[in-house]
Amino acid sequence: MDRKILLKDIAVPGIRTFEVYRSNGGYQSVEKALKRMSPDEVVEEVKKSGLRGRGGAGFPAGMKWSFIDKKSLNPIYLICNADESEPGTFKDRYLMEKIPHILIEGMIGASYALGANTAYIYVRGEYKYIIGILNEAIREACQNGFLGKNILGSPYSLDIHVHSGAGAYICGEETALIESLEGKRGNPRIKPPFPAVVGLYGCPTVVNNVETLANVGFIINNGGSEYARYGTGKSTGTKLISACGNINNPGVYEIELGLSVREFIYSEKYCGGIKNGKELKAVIAGGSSVPILPKDLILQTAAGEERLMTYESLAEGGFVSGTSLGSGGFIVYDEDACIVRNTWNLARFYHHESCGQCSPCREGTGWMENVLHRIETGKGRMKDIDLLVSIANKIEGNTICPLGDAAAWPVASAIRHFRHEFEEHVLNPVKRENLAPTDL
Amino acid sequence: MLDKKINHPLHEKENRTICFSDATMVKVKQIIARYPEGREKSAILPLLHIAQEEFDGYLSVDVMDYIAGLLNIQPIEVYEVATFYSQYYLDQVGKYVIEICRTGPCAICGGEKMQTYLEKKLAIKTGETTPDGLFTIKAVECLGACGSAPVMQINTEFYELLTEEKIDRLLEELTVKAKEEKPEKSKWIEKFF
Repeated sequence: MDRKILLKDIAVPGIRTFEVYRSNGGYQSVEKALKRMSPDEVVEEVKKSGLRGRGGAGFPAGMKWSFIDKKSLNPIYLICNADESEPGTFKDRYLMEKIPHILIEGMIGASYALGANTAYIYVRGEYKYIIGILNEAIREACQNGFLGKNILGSPYSLDIHVHSGAGAYICGEETALIESLEGKRGNPRIKPPFPAVVGLYGCPTVVNNVETLANVGFIINNGGSEYARYGTGKSTGTKLISACGNINNPGVYEIELGLSVREFIYSEKYCGGIKNGKELKAVIAGGSSVPILPKDLILQTAAGEERLMTYESLAEGGFVSGTSLGSGGFIVYDEDACIVRNTWNLARFYHHESCGQCSPCREGTGWMENVLHRIETGKGRMKDIDLLVSIANKIEGNTICPLGDAAAWPVASAIRHFRHEFEEHVLNPVKRENLAPTDL
Repeated sequence: MLDKKINHPLHEKENRTICFSDATMVKVKQIIARYPEGREKSAILPLLHIAQEEFDGYLSVDVMDYIAGLLNIQPIEVYEVATFYSQYYLDQVGKYVIEICRTGPCAICGGEKMQTYLEKKLAIKTGETTPDGLFTIKAVECLGACGSAPVMQINTEFYELLTEEKIDRLLEELTVKAKEEKPEKSKWIEKFF
């Protein structure tokens, strides 16, 4: 259960450079694809691999690619979504910093499959140093004939450009990202039409997460069915998990899908257990948007089965007793964590990041933040708890993009699993002096 | 995003010439060329980053109007963008903008305490600038470095696994550095764009 695809060579000194990456077998997939495979064959292999979008939604990558209208007279674009901003997630940053060429290689294979001659990497504005690393990797790849005109003497040409965001969580949503890349505010678009039909500049466009694209090289080299031998069931391959919170070994881990949650939290190879010998209280398993689960439900499903790190197992029980693998942002809370305070913190985040386009989200996120703040500071009323549930229900499903849902789920799930803590806050109001200083 | 406003009266012109240097202009043209013809507006985000770096660390109305001229778009299209993204500052800031992360994963690892400590140490509140114009504190949302929480970013640098001692040391270093350092504006742009 610990075979690796993406971080296999991470410890090789100098793997960030083209030379070392190439001598460790890098860019072979570009040679193979351009010389021996048709674009459609590449798409087929990715479909066969079962690779699902690693940004959070988990949509099958090959299927997304097959929606592209190749007969369109417009240019086709590939965009790499490197606007990693889901709280608890820092895997793409790690991958791009340590081994940027794996992304460039994957993007060449993907662009070839899609028939794109221009690709953009949209990097969040805070990761400025990453932009420098990517630009250098692109320059090296160009110099060695893997990018630019007539790659390796084939008729295929590709340019990759890095584009900088400027601080907006919402631009991780693919249509908001496209708007932003067009030089506008990051307001998500109504779907349909989907980007595969009307995307960047009105042209067919695929937007894929960094980690998703980084897997493409392996799939081209070894075939989709070999990739599907990693992982288990419909959760094929490996996944980068960013582990953080109250654990002994925070960091980025590549796990083979199917590892048990218990082993991931307690094994020395991964999180190494809870910090300072404390007890585990709760986990947010896939970035701040997914439902929080208490200890008993994250380690086991409601039916008593061992919970696994797979799309299916984490979702087991739906939103009543399950959660989601999401982006792989694994946030661990120890026994001292205050769920009310944490929920308020996240509600404030979503209020701050709402683009303001849809009223349920624009207004609802602010109301949730205010009501949670009231409870946390000891001024809450018992009926506030149901009021929060009601606001969350009114946001969910009533907005253009999933930010509304992402704001509603943490609140609804915290109340579902930890209602007693909210009630306790109302019944025994204490003056909480350590609230962030400027937020009161 | 909703708490920003443009304080500058639109009619008030500044007493300085807003114009990129020739060296920066070369870079600007390269950036614009990354996008298809007729889609120059796409370059707005990178250009605003560069403008902010070149013109005293914030985007005045004159600077935004200048960018609008460069991209051949209406000034309002630039204002719309500049007010939406949290990394663009519409008011003057200190030489070092300290952006301390306040979101969940940092908060449970002591991020809020670090914010309080910074305020105490610099004797200003979040959002304010020290009287010597050196430091501004801003509270920001997740910086994507949760594995080494608590985290802050100063200009383009990340500072991780923060402690009070680390902050003390860092602020001292920066204060010394500010006195010695000569501005090297184009270096930053070469590195990141």
